[in-house]
Amino acid sequence: MKLKGAQIMLKALKEEGVDTIFGYPGGVVIDIYDELAISDIRHVLVRQEACAVHAADGYARAGGRVGVCLVTSGPGATNTVTGIASSYMDSIPVVIFTGQVPTHLIGNDAFQEVDTVGITRPVTKHNYLVKRTEDLAGTIKEAFYLASSGRPGPVLVDIPKDVSVGVADYKPSKKAKLKSYNPTYNPNVKQLQKVVELIKNAKKPVIFAGGGVILSGAAKELTELARKTQTPTTTSLMGLGGFPATDPLWLGMIGMHGTYRANMSTGECDLLMGIGVRFDDRVTGRIDAFAPHAKIVHIDIDPTSIRKNIPVTAPVVGDCKTTLSKLNQLLNKEKLGDLKKKRKKWFDQIAKWKNTAPLAYEQKKGVIKPQFVVEKLYELTKGEAIITTEVGQNQMWAAQYYHFDKPNHFITSGGLGCMGFGLPAAIGAQLACPDALVVDVAGDGSIQMNIQEMATAAQCNLPVKVVILNNGYLGMVRQWQQLFFDKRYAETCLDFAPDFVKLAEAYGAVGLRATKPEEVEPILKKGLFSKETVIMDFQVEKEECVYPMVPAGAAVTEMLLT
Amino acid sequence: MMEEKHIFSILVDNEPGVLSRIAGLFSGRGFNIESLCVAETTDPEVSRITLVTTGNPPMIEQIEKQLNKLINVIKVHDLTGTEFVQREMALIKVVAKPDHRAEILRTVDIFRCKVVDVGRDHYTIEVTGDEGKINAILSLLKPIGIKEIARTGIIALFRDPK
Ligand SMILES: Cc1ncc(C[n+]2csc(CCOP(=O)(O)OP(=O)(O)O)c2C)c(N)n1
Ligand SMILES: [Mg+2]
Repeated sequence: MKLKGAQIMLKALKEEGVDTIFGYPGGVVIDIYDELAISDIRHVLVRQEACAVHAADGYARAGGRVGVCLVTSGPGATNTVTGIASSYMDSIPVVIFTGQVPTHLIGNDAFQEVDTVGITRPVTKHNYLVKRTEDLAGTIKEAFYLASSGRPGPVLVDIPKDVSVGVADYKPSKKAKLKSYNPTYNPNVKQLQKVVELIKNAKKPVIFAGGGVILSGAAKELTELARKTQTPTTTSLMGLGGFPATDPLWLGMIGMHGTYRANMSTGECDLLMGIGVRFDDRVTGRIDAFAPHAKIVHIDIDPTSIRKNIPVTAPVVGDCKTTLSKLNQLLNKEKLGDLKKKRKKWFDQIAKWKNTAPLAYEQKKGVIKPQFVVEKLYELTKGEAIITTEVGQNQMWAAQYYHFDKPNHFITSGGLGCMGFGLPAAIGAQLACPDALVVDVAGDGSIQMNIQEMATAAQCNLPVKVVILNNGYLGMVRQWQQLFFDKRYAETCLDFAPDFVKLAEAYGAVGLRATKPEEVEPILKKGLFSKETVIMDFQVEKEECVYPMVPAGAAVTEMLLT
Repeated sequence: MMEEKHIFSILVDNEPGVLSRIAGLFSGRGFNIESLCVAETTDPEVSRITLVTTGNPPMIEQIEKQLNKLINVIKVHDLTGTEFVQREMALIKVVAKPDHRAEILRTVDIFRCKVVDVGRDHYTIEVTGDEGKINAILSLLKPIGIKEIARTGIIALFRDPK
């Protein structure tokens, strides 16, 4: 059957089970849009292309499937770069289609031509320039396979205008065949046996899990491992929800704004099991002082993650879910004894750390504390909302004070730390999970980076909720200036800000505001349980800091507590 | 940690953009490339890249893993520490004043290289060998006067068991 490139593309997408595309049209993709108009694939018109990727990212994380974007060449493509970089750093499966000038003009500096494949090479798992219409279907097959297998990540497909207009025979391609791509899912059993021995000999073990656990769907297996071996467990920002925060073995998050007990435990432990992590510098602090007494197990599907940042006693390359379930099977054959009793001293020590410096803040009369807003949000949503965040203090307070029991409920730009991520990601998450309560915990600075997406949310009748922790500052940077730059608040004061309530209304959404602590609960109740898109503006303490804090370059055990 | 020199022999898909993926990997991650040679293999869909780099052992391990991670990379061999043969070719244009000609030709003879072009006041010499040999002849010719030089960079292959 002869079909036009644009038709082939949509057929190939349907074969991948795609039902939603985030995008923005333009000249060289107009033929694809023309086909989309009569297709049953839903297209969500974002208001800026980076948000197409952020939304696809949120959609992928909340829905557990590949997110898809479509944008035009030149500025459309360059606008996506921030979004792609964020998905790349967090290993999120997204496929981005960019239009390109016709093949005969490539290299001529044609109107709206940029070297999209060149620009995005370092921030994609892989990318393609499709040169012939007959290659389109096969390339799309490969792109989806690459994006979602192994260590997932964004894959970009650049489609010149003549390729989408040209015709070719279409037959559904079966399997992607890639000569040299063969991710290791199954762990080496010998290595796992080593891990079993290390666990048996450990007196003070700690599990440190990350985004890999969420991506591979290994939360259940991780929880089983921790409970079976009575191992206190922490996660990175990306791993939140991978282990239930209500479990007695939960240590809280690790790292720069991790809990005192999580960070102290890594300083003291004799076995650290890193699972689906990459030992990012925001986690490890000063690298030579990280887990100095511990033997280290590192389980990850990406061999380059292992021994990139720290030396490892037992490296295991494998998919987290497969590996942990094999490890659990091996452990079932072992006599582990009464571990609760054996680990009593370790648990007592951790309890002591917990009591020395629990996560806490000081309530003040008449002023809303940002942490209080997140606590109330947690209470009122019973911990079941999908939380996206912007970047800065708001992100850290969301991570610290909202307690996640389930995976795929905390969606944040972890690796790139990209302001403006939260609102479009919430839109994506809401589309993936129409019945879920989706809340973007935002800062007054970040929300202004992509505020235009209020139009997208309102137009699609998405009941997304934005909770702005409005401190009148680029708070996280201000915090560093307060602590390390003599309070010289260079360019971090945002006292010129729009009226967020009126702004919400201008977008056809609901705007609410709280200025006093006693208003927090009623405003949250009113906003959260509305069927509309809502911005809630919480005017919070201006100069609150996020604690604990590990100053940049210090060991994780060297924390500022207040 | 000690910096070591390593020779990687890399089989890659023979398609546009692959070289920039490799170059981008090295520049983006702060690895260095000392030399790099690319050419098609007997399979026209596959090219062989011979790449020489230096780094401490963890860095070399990362380089090998990162290369393997690229989708277009089919196979990576770290030849260093194995049995392999290596060759490099250089074209050297030396100043050939009449009273130096005999000496130049003697050197060419000793090193078993060839004069491939003769001009009024220069010889162009082709030399093939391992890096050591090329560096040795260069140091001998330097005092006489080298006008220009082009080196291919190292190519290398595993030695199969005899
Ligand atoms: C796109 C982008 N630009 C700059 C930064 C640097 N940065 C990190 S946090 C932050 C302040 C964010 O302010 P706000 O959104 O009000 O959050 P707060 O820290 O006040 O909660 C800035 C500027 C960033 N992370 N992303
Ligand atoms: Mg702020």
